[in-house]
This record gives sequence, C-alpha cells and structure tokens, in this order.
Amino acid sequence: MLIVVLIGFLLSALLLFTGNFFKEKKLSTLLTILPLGILIYLLSFGQKIAQGEVIYLHYEWIPAFDVSLNFRLDGLSFLFGLLISGIGTLVFFYTSSYLKGHHFLDRFYSYLSMFMAAMLGLVLSDNLITMFIFWELTSITSFFLIGFNNESQSSRKSALVALGITGLGGFFLLAGAVLIGESAGTYSISQILSDPEAVRSGSYFSLICIFMTLAAFTKSAQFPFHFWLPGAMQAPTPVSTYLHSATMVKAGVYLLFRFSPVFEGSHLWHELLLIFGAVTMIYSAYHIIFRIDLKSILAYSTIAALGILVFLIGIGTKMAITAAAVFIVVHALYKASLFLIAGIIDHETGTRDITRLSGLRHKMMPIFITGVIAAAISGGIPPTLGFIGKELIYESTYHFTESVVFLTFLAIFTKILLFYAGFVVGMKPFTGKLPAALSEVHKPDIKMSLPPAIMVILGLVLGIFPGFIEDFISAPITQTFGFTDVEHLKIWHGFSEILVFSMVTILIGTIMYLTLKPNYKLKGFISKLEVISPLQLMNDLNQGFEKISGWWTNLFQNGYLRHYVATCVLFMVISIGYVVVFNFNLDLADQAFHQLTFHEVAIIVIMLGAVIFTVVTRSRLAAVVAMGIVGFSFSLIFLFYGAPDLAMTQFSVDTLTVILFVLVLYKLPKYLKLTKNVLRLEHGILSLTFGTLVSMIILMVLQQPVQKEVSEYYGDNAYLLAKGKNVVNVILVDFRGIDTLIEVSVLTVASLGVFGLIKLRIRSRDKK
Amino acid sequence: MQTTILKAASNFLLPVLLLFSIFILLRGHYLPGGGFIGGLIASSAFVLDAFANGLVYTKSMLRFHPGFLMPLGLTFSFLAAISPFFVGKPLMHALWMKGHIPVIGKLGTPLIFDIGVYLVVIGAALTIIFTISESR
Amino acid sequence: MEVVLAIITGILYAAGIYMMMRRSIVKLIIGVILFSNGVNLLIFLSGRLKKGKPPLIPESSDVFIEAYTDPIPQALILTAIVISFGLQAFAIVLVKRAYKVLHTDDLDQLNTTDEDS
Repeated sequence: MLIVVLIGFLLSALLLFTGNFFKEKKLSTLLTILPLGILIYLLSFGQKIAQGEVIYLHYEWIPAFDVSLNFRLDGLSFLFGLLISGIGTLVFFYTSSYLKGHHFLDRFYSYLSMFMAAMLGLVLSDNLITMFIFWELTSITSFFLIGFNNESQSSRKSALVALGITGLGGFFLLAGAVLIGESAGTYSISQILSDPEAVRSGSYFSLICIFMTLAAFTKSAQFPFHFWLPGAMQAPTPVSTYLHSATMVKAGVYLLFRFSPVFEGSHLWHELLLIFGAVTMIYSAYHIIFRIDLKSILAYSTIAALGILVFLIGIGTKMAITAAAVFIVVHALYKASLFLIAGIIDHETGTRDITRLSGLRHKMMPIFITGVIAAAISGGIPPTLGFIGKELIYESTYHFTESVVFLTFLAIFTKILLFYAGFVVGMKPFTGKLPAALSEVHKPDIKMSLPPAIMVILGLVLGIFPGFIEDFISAPITQTFGFTDVEHLKIWHGFSEILVFSMVTILIGTIMYLTLKPNYKLKGFISKLEVISPLQLMNDLNQGFEKISGWWTNLFQNGYLRHYVATCVLFMVISIGYVVVFNFNLDLADQAFHQLTFHEVAIIVIMLGAVIFTVVTRSRLAAVVAMGIVGFSFSLIFLFYGAPDLAMTQFSVDTLTVILFVLVLYKLPKYLKLTKNVLRLEHGILSLTFGTLVSMIILMVLQQPVQKEVSEYYGDNAYLLAKGKNVVNVILVDFRGIDTLIEVSVLTVASLGVFGLIKLRIRSRDKK
Repeated sequence: MQTTILKAASNFLLPVLLLFSIFILLRGHYLPGGGFIGGLIASSAFVLDAFANGLVYTKSMLRFHPGFLMPLGLTFSFLAAISPFFVGKPLMHALWMKGHIPVIGKLGTPLIFDIGVYLVVIGAALTIIFTISESR
Repeated sequence: MEVVLAIITGILYAAGIYMMMRRSIVKLIIGVILFSNGVNLLIFLSGRLKKGKPPLIPESSDVFIEAYTDPIPQALILTAIVISFGLQAFAIVLVKRAYKVLHTDDLDQLNTTDEDS
C-alpha cells in the first residue's frame, strides 16, 4: 500500500527528467496506466472491504515523535480511494487530449500525479501527523495547478488566495491534531477512534472541535472561506474537475466523516456543521443564478454540494450519513462529467460564456446526450443515482428530530438550484439555434468525449442497480459510525412526502430553467454586492497588513547603517539597563583586586588618551596611529597579567593592521564633517550610556564567584594528556583543535576575499 | 622608504626573523609561542623586507605566490586532524612519537597541526598585504 | 586594576559604537576595531586577572604547583585577534573598493543596492 501512495511521487519526480520524451512522442495517454493500476489494485480489496475488513500497514518513520507511515484501508478510505483513482484515471486520459501539445504538459502530469499521491496518502494514512503532511501536500499541488497558467496574473493571484486559505486550514488541522494527540496520548487514528472517550473527556475538546471543523471548512470551501474555489477555476478544466470538485475539496468532508465518531453528540459540533453547511448551501446556491461562466456556475454549485455534505454530517443520523455517502459518489460522477463537458465546450469553441453558447448539438451530439444525462443525475431525475441521493437527503431532513420544515425547505431550495445549474451547463449550450460564430466548431476528440460518457453511464446504471455499490456505501457507515442495518439503496420508495418533495424540486427546477436566462444584467447585480463579500474583506485585510508591515519595515530598516546600530544599541540599553541598574551594588571592600602600580597607571593614561584622540581627531593618519597605540598598550596589559602569547599576537597583528591602514589610507577620502552637532550629541550620549552599562556589567560579573572547572581540567591535563606545558597552545592545537582548524579556514576565506575583491576590480576595469 | 640602511639591515633581518619565527613555532607547546604567533612574526619579516627592497623583489625572492601556503597549511592541519582515524582513534586524537628532541620537545600530530596553522597564517597575512599594496 | 580595566572596557565600547554611528566609512572600520578590542578585554577580565602567572606548567613539574591565569579566555582572545585581523583586512578592502566604484565614503549614500544611484 505504501507503493500506491509513493508511486505518484516517484512518477512525478521521474517526469522531471523524462517529461520531454512523453511530450514529444505524444505518449502522455500512457500515463493513465498509473491511476488505472491503482484503481485496479484498490478494487482487488473490494471483496474484503465489503465484508467489513480493515487492512493495516505499518512503517516506522519518526518513532521518537510517534509519527509513522501507517496506512489503513477501511470502508471510508476505500470509497475515497476509488473516487481518487477512478476519476483520476478519466482525468489523466482526458488531459492527454485536452492539453495536447501544451508546452508544460509534462509539468502538468507531474503535478497531477503528485496530487493524486498526496490525496491517496491523506485518505489512507492512519497517523494524524502523516495525514496533516499529505493534507498540506494537496494544498501545495493545488497551488501549482491553479497557477498552471503562470503567465496570467489572475491565475497567480487565485493560486495565492487558494494557498492562503487552505494553508490556514492546514494550521488549524495541525493544531487540532496536536491537541487530539495530547488528549488521546497517541497520534494513531485507529486508536483515537477506538477510544473516542479519551478525547471527549479531555480539557481541549471544544477547541479540538473548532479547529477540526475550521480545517474542514477551509478545505471544503465552506462559507466564509468559500471564495478561493471560484478563483481556483483559473486552473485548466481537468484540474477543476479533479481537484476542485471531485476529490481535494472533499478532503474536508473526509476529515469530518473520519472524526465524526469522536464528536458524535457534541452540540457544538452538530451546530457548527449544521449552521455553516446550511449557510454555504443557501449562499452559493443563490449565487448560481447570477453567473454566466460555465465553470463559475459549476464552482458555485460545487460549493453548494459541499455545503449539503457538511450539513448532512451535521445532522448525523444514520439516514443523513447514508445520504452523505451516496451524495459524495453522485456528486463526483455528475459534477466531474459536467466539468469535463464544460472543458470540451471551452476547448472547441474558445468560450465558456453561457449567453454566447447555443445549438451545439448540431456539432457534437454525443456530448449533448452525455450532458443531458449528467444534468439528469444532478437534478435527481429517476432512474439515475442522483435520484436516490436526493431522496435520501430529503428523508434525512424530514425525519430529523427538530426544525423539520426549515431544514427540509433549505434542502429543497438548494436542490432546485443544483437542478437548474446542472441543466444550464449540461443542456443549455446544446439547445436552440447554432450561432454563426460557432459554425466552424469541430467534433471533440474521442479521448475527451469518452470520460464524461463513462461517468454518466455509471450514474445511470448504478441508479437502476444500486446493489453494486451498496456494500461500499454501507461499509464506511457501519465501520466508522457503528450503525447497523444500513438502509438498502433502492430507486422506488413508494408514495410518500419524500416523493412529493422530489416532484416539486424537479417541477420548479424545470420552470426555472425555462424562464430564467442567465445574462449580464444579473451578473452586474451581484458584482455590486462583491464589496461586502469575504473575498473583498480578505483583500482589504491583506492591503492593510501590507501597509502596516511596510511602515514597520521602513521605520527600522531605512537603509542607514547608523540608524540600525543606534536602534540595536538603544534596544539593548533599554532592555538590560533596567535590570543592571537595579541590581548593581558595588562592594569592592572584600574583593582581592590588584593594586595599581605606577607603570600601569602610565599605560592606562596613554591608552585613554589614544582612544579619545582616535575619536576626536580630524586626521585619518592620526586616528590610525592612535589606534595602534591602543593596541600596543593592550599587549603590555596582556604581558603584565600572565598572557605572553596574547601580548605577542596582539603586538604583531597590531603592526600588520597599522601597515594595512597606511597602505590604503591615501586612496581613501578625507574625513568630512557630515553629521549635525545635535545628532553627534545624541550618539555620544547613547554610546556613553552603553559603555557605562558594559562597565557595570563587568563589575557585577567580577563580584561573582568564578567557574573554573573547565580551565582546571585543561590546566591539570595539559601535560598529562596532551604532553604540552603551554596550556594556551595546548588548547589551541589539541583540546580545541577543531575550532582552530575552522578558524584558519576562515582566515583563508577572508584573504581569498581580499584577493578576489581587488583582482576582480582590476579585471572589470580592464574590460572597459 | 627604500633607504640603504633599512635595505642592508633587512637583508640580515629577514633570515634571522624567519629563524626566530620557526623557533617560536616549535617551542609553542612548552613556552609562549605557537603557530599563530610564529606565522605573524614571519609575515612581519617579509613585510619588512618588502618595505626595504620593494614588493617586486620580495615576491620574486619568494618564487611562488604566498597564497599557495594557505592550502598547503590547511592540508597539514587537516591531515594531522584525521590521522588518528588510521589507528582507530577519534578525530584530533594526538599521536606522539617516542623520544625527545631538543627545542621541539616531542614530535607528534599537534606539532604538524601547528605547522599547518603557521603556514596558513603566513599565507593569509601575506596575501592580504601584498594584494593591497599591489593595487592602485 | 580590575575596576579601572572595567571602566576602560566601557570606554572602548562607547568609542567603538560612537565611531560606528558616524557617516564616514573609515570611521566605521576604526569603530569596529576599537569595539573588538573592548570585547577582547571583556573576555580577558571575565577570566579574572592574575599578575605575572602565565598558564605555563613549570619545567620541573608535570602539573601546576601554584595558581595561574585562566587559559581559556586567552585561547579565545588569541583566536579573536587573528580572526579580526582577517575581518579588518576584508573590511578595509571592501571600503576601498566601494569608494572606487561609487566615489563616496558617505554611508548615507550607500543605502541602496541599485547600481544607478
């Protein structure tokens, strides 16, 4: 099973090197083998899954943090795995024709297979942290795929928005996962689910609940995070089909599904899902009316469908969960095929504007038929699988314990608009008169028309013989939720209120389709409302942050070096000054400090004079000489206080430094009086304060007892272990030899830098 | 600055100073001194020579660019550092030869290491100063 | 002596920082050198002073017989002195080159990475 997850990553890496081969030989259709193989592999487990078995695989990854590559294939993973690999197969196949000859076709397939691998990893992993990693990987691949047309600004922008929102969700998921791990004491999903009480009784329960739902809401485009999904339609149509309708956006639903048993019965959980699901349903269903772009319509209907799923999980009854499971399959089938059809129309006519499309049935009859069936599944017209899905949704709202009328009304409202959306995309472009502009349209390639056809046929066949998938629908429900006796799926439920609701839906939907024509006036109306949409709010927020951070950056990073120095010093003075000043008490009485001797006083006076002279002099040469005097005084101090090595080193380095300065000094400009006196004074005060602070710190340090352990070790063992009597040298070449080795390397690099800087200049001048 | 006195003096001083720097280097393990100090003294000697006789003369006397001393010295130090691996000891473990040599004391990898440091310091210091004084 | 040296360290820090805040680029380098001297002295002081007792084991003995100056700060400072030589040389050459290319040593005019300014 590990190979199933990894093979996508491997292929994606492989395509980096062999991409051109596939592109030139037009062999990209062959890549379909990958998802198809995975589909077949998964199907081979079908028998076991239907019997309720769970297949585990275990690989250690980071055992220290309880992170492992554990995989588990149960009913729920199986259902999602089938969707991912099944729709993946069709999309891979479709793309080979849709993007035929595209410059970056190899890159596209690389992203696509990486996404598929990540998505499979997400639904198969049995460890929260691993799951989080795969979750983030899907966000990242989605980012690349949305921004696939990287020359278009709106593409890049949408990709960033999508990454931002789903990335935010990733944070929530990680936070939720860590809290769950803390409460349950394990990151293994199986163990968490087998003992949900541990999480439920933990003190973080509400927080976990909120984090997990927020993670799901961002990924599954729930209001108010929905706006990234319409933007994501900038991606090529196969991507919209695969990621943004059939699989990735369902990752949030998967998360809710998977962890439902943990939150079961929590009011917070049910209310969050019900409210946000319902608002999303209504909000986006209502938006469908105002859209004229085929993909835009489909995007909003996808959001509405996701809203329904969240809403159903929020209801949480056996019926609702069954409805959700069926609806996931139904939605994947019809929405993917509608997307693919929209892609075909776009590919052949060059437009997705519904007001300009009509009469295409004369040019592409098979697509028309496919479109109508897809619309029928979407609208829940019997005998399609869509009908079963819709009936189940109504049943679950109608048989719920509270607010039956209201919930059922919401469901019917949404379903009517989904019906409308399905027919607008699946039927409208094909009916009516063929405009002159479209008379040159060709019939699409078979590679493109086949995939949607396969999906709608499945939708039709499964509607008539729902027994085929019944086991796969009921397996996740019984395994995950522990419900027994899951309702049999059947097309005919007898005469009941539910049937009436269905008829009403179809009736009003048909009326809407016949009377309401999408046009620019409607689009203009909704654009005016965009000012208060979440997208606009986010943009404003972004701009605000940009302004603030720009202001902040300019405040501290204005490009003036002295400003930086002054800021750093001021910060240190303020931050440590308080502590130092209040803890400072100088008690020199019982300290065994050395008495000053006459020659020391002389040296110190010379040194002080030299330091002050260096600072105030206007002559550079005088400053350099004074600095040399400071250095020589230093070597004398070192000599007096038992550091002959230091004295010698300081002496020679000082000589060389002075020589260096003298060598270059006359090639440098004279001092200029550049700074205003006020600023000089400010700087002077600041530096003196800092200097005083340093002196105080040293005096405080000197009064503390000293730790000599390490020094004594070196001192005691210098001769015994290292056979040397000069401890300083022994430390340098033996005890801390590695440091010295690195130090001489640094010295080498510095002198190479000097060499380079000068020789480089000469050469570049030669060029001129 | 090329005075006759300085020239004459430096002709004697250069070998003396170089010898002194080597002495300082070798005795470093027992008395003040070592690779760093020795290297700096040796570079001062060459710089003094360059002052007296001109840079061109000093460079031609050296025959090769002092920069080559850096990789050479690094090689010495590095070999000294890794040589314990060959006898199964950890990195930087000091290996000593038996016997006692005057001035140097004992011969061992730390001494080779220090010679490496000495060479790098000479190479680096001379490269820096020569390049700077060459540039116009 | 310790108290006097502590005050001198403070003065070196102050002088170094003050020079670093000047606009002339040569002063910046002088500031860095003064500052690094101050740091060396601080490290030296933190190991405590012992007059005339270098960390050399007497010839006649295998271990120390009497108190000696802390060798660790000395090893650190020795390293620091040599490294700062490299740093100073590099900085000086960098200044020289900047002056050659840009014809200014005013740091306030070096605050942009654009070639044309």
